[in-house]
Amino acid sequence: MSSASEFAVHTEGLTRSFGSTLAVRQADMAIARGEIFGLVGPDGAGKTTIMRMLAGILPPDTGTISVDGVDVIGDAEGAKRHLSYMPQRFGLYEDLTVTENIFFYGELFGITRQKRLARSRELLTAAGLTPFQDRLAGQLSGGMKQKLGLVCALIHTPRILLLDEPTTGVDPVSRRDFWAILYNLRESGVTILLSTAYMDEAERCSRLALLHAGEIRYCDTPERLKQAMPGALLAVTSQDPRALRQWIAGQAGVLGVLLMGDRIHVRVDDAARRVPELKALLARQGINDAVIVPAEPGIEDVFVALIGARTAP
Amino acid sequence: MNIRRVFAMAYKEALQIWRDPRSLAIALLMPLMQMTLLGYGVSLDIKHVPLCVFDQQNNQQSRGIVERFVSSGWFSISHTLTRQAGIRHAMDRGECIAALVIPANFSRRLATTGSVGVQAIFDATDVNTTNIAIGYMQGVVALINARIDARWAAAHGVRLPRTGQVDLEQNTWFNETLDSRNFIIPGVVAVILALVGAQLTSLTVSREWERGTMEQLISTPVTALEVMLGKLVPYFVVGLIDAVFCLAAAAWWFGVPFRGSILTLFVTTALFILVVLDIGYLISVRIHSQLGASQVALLITLLPTTLLSGYTFPIDQMPAPIRALTFFVYPRYYVTILRAIFLKGSGLADLWAPSLGLLVYAVIIIWLAARAFRKRLD
Repeated sequence: MSSASEFAVHTEGLTRSFGSTLAVRQADMAIARGEIFGLVGPDGAGKTTIMRMLAGILPPDTGTISVDGVDVIGDAEGAKRHLSYMPQRFGLYEDLTVTENIFFYGELFGITRQKRLARSRELLTAAGLTPFQDRLAGQLSGGMKQKLGLVCALIHTPRILLLDEPTTGVDPVSRRDFWAILYNLRESGVTILLSTAYMDEAERCSRLALLHAGEIRYCDTPERLKQAMPGALLAVTSQDPRALRQWIAGQAGVLGVLLMGDRIHVRVDDAARRVPELKALLARQGINDAVIVPAEPGIEDVFVALIGARTAP
Repeated sequence: MNIRRVFAMAYKEALQIWRDPRSLAIALLMPLMQMTLLGYGVSLDIKHVPLCVFDQQNNQQSRGIVERFVSSGWFSISHTLTRQAGIRHAMDRGECIAALVIPANFSRRLATTGSVGVQAIFDATDVNTTNIAIGYMQGVVALINARIDARWAAAHGVRLPRTGQVDLEQNTWFNETLDSRNFIIPGVVAVILALVGAQLTSLTVSREWERGTMEQLISTPVTALEVMLGKLVPYFVVGLIDAVFCLAAAAWWFGVPFRGSILTLFVTTALFILVVLDIGYLISVRIHSQLGASQVALLITLLPTTLLSGYTFPIDQMPAPIRALTFFVYPRYYVTILRAIFLKGSGLADLWAPSLGLLVYAVIIIWLAARAFRKRLD
């Protein structure tokens, strides 16, 4: 407990159930200041429940939470002064304009007029929202809405930023803007905790917690998680990747097969030994165009290998 | 409590009200519409009671009697019948609620014996109306008798004895014309404001839950009291405008005499609107769906307000347990206050008891509502 205040976010034994469903079980996290920490897992893994508990709007059944050194369970309101939470569902007022939403959240956090104007100018520029200041929030595109959510969450310069699936349904250009803002924030020392089902986004985090069925199964940097993946990864391409998967799955030494669009990822116990075997197998099945090369594992491969389930369908 | 956050909340809420002109129009026009409906619909006066006449005599004298009924203003002739059976027929179809039967030997009996019976038949399905119609008819008959007596006395050169009579000299104060509208309209205003006020605020918190804006709002340092006060301010203005509409309609459209002071009216009305809005807010805090909150608001305001506020059904006449129950029905205080201000011109000092009732109510409801709002999702 004494070390809790050294961390931006620190939880111990965090548990929460809804009725008979255990949403989060014994979650321990220690997030250092300035980290971009990612919660990765499929829908229903408990990401949103953890976010809400950290934001102080959902009390846990048991466990402790400390955010920026403040005990969230004992003093939720005190913790709220230094954190910003952006819920998964758009939480701003659709019948208010961009400027009015920013004004409202600025006032709730009690920032001065000058600071609000300066900060909103800066954030709106970074988000590419400057031309849309007088537009009603409800008339923005999905990506612009999420960026406005981020602008409102950042207007009071929080120390901790909680983002629940911030880029779900956001176009690639807006996602790039979004991440540019996050990187900038990290440089100014803000701790960012975000949940995502996008693997390319998970790669950008400094550390990841892999969540499955309410439990944090693994927690480490993306690189070390990849090293922890048992076996070696092969990428196999052919005209018909589905047929490939059908033949390869279940062969000796094959630990897992994952369809990745136009190719399949095959995880094997020993690449040197299995590559010739697989080539021979495919040749026997009349598949002569197959190309087998070693591949760098992505977080998706790691997640499946470690947990045995995919994050997104 | 941070006044800047209250102001921000109020400004945001006002913008939202302003951006939803349809709801605003309903909020402002609904009370006027209800005022018209209830103001005209609820009247305990009975004028122009439809009367069937079966005049078997049908001479100048009997027609004169019928004429007395019409000229009294209380009755209007709906049918002039030629058969006794027609009375039943007309009553069955609801075309008259009273019938007058004048016998064929009316003039002869009156001339020879000095006394003659005329028959009055009433449709007594509505007891209240029947009693009033009987009263009217007795009044008319008394007038007719006085005239017959006077004529007889004049014809015979006799002075009528005036011994041993007590004459009742009636003075009706505050509602001199005994117009039930003057009594009911202030009550109607109270009922409408109670209904509309709770409806106004019943949606304000549940809307935020439904639209998903609440989750972000409760993650900020804003307090429950700040949310409540901020949300109530703009609705308080809307409620006051509604009150001005209704009270103006009562005074100028329905012509209820206004004898009190505007200040007393303003203070008590503001207090009442505060109570009413906070009831709606309390419901809204507890029920997270807009439809549910609005239905509950209607349900818990409509019945107690119409039945137990004393606006048509006198509280004095209720059995003791029910009468005790009315102390929890906040519109009863305002009904009493409005009637007193309008008709008697009472000031705040005279109205301390019902005003205190409203004040206590306001304090309790505000306390409950502020406590009921939890900045939590579960």
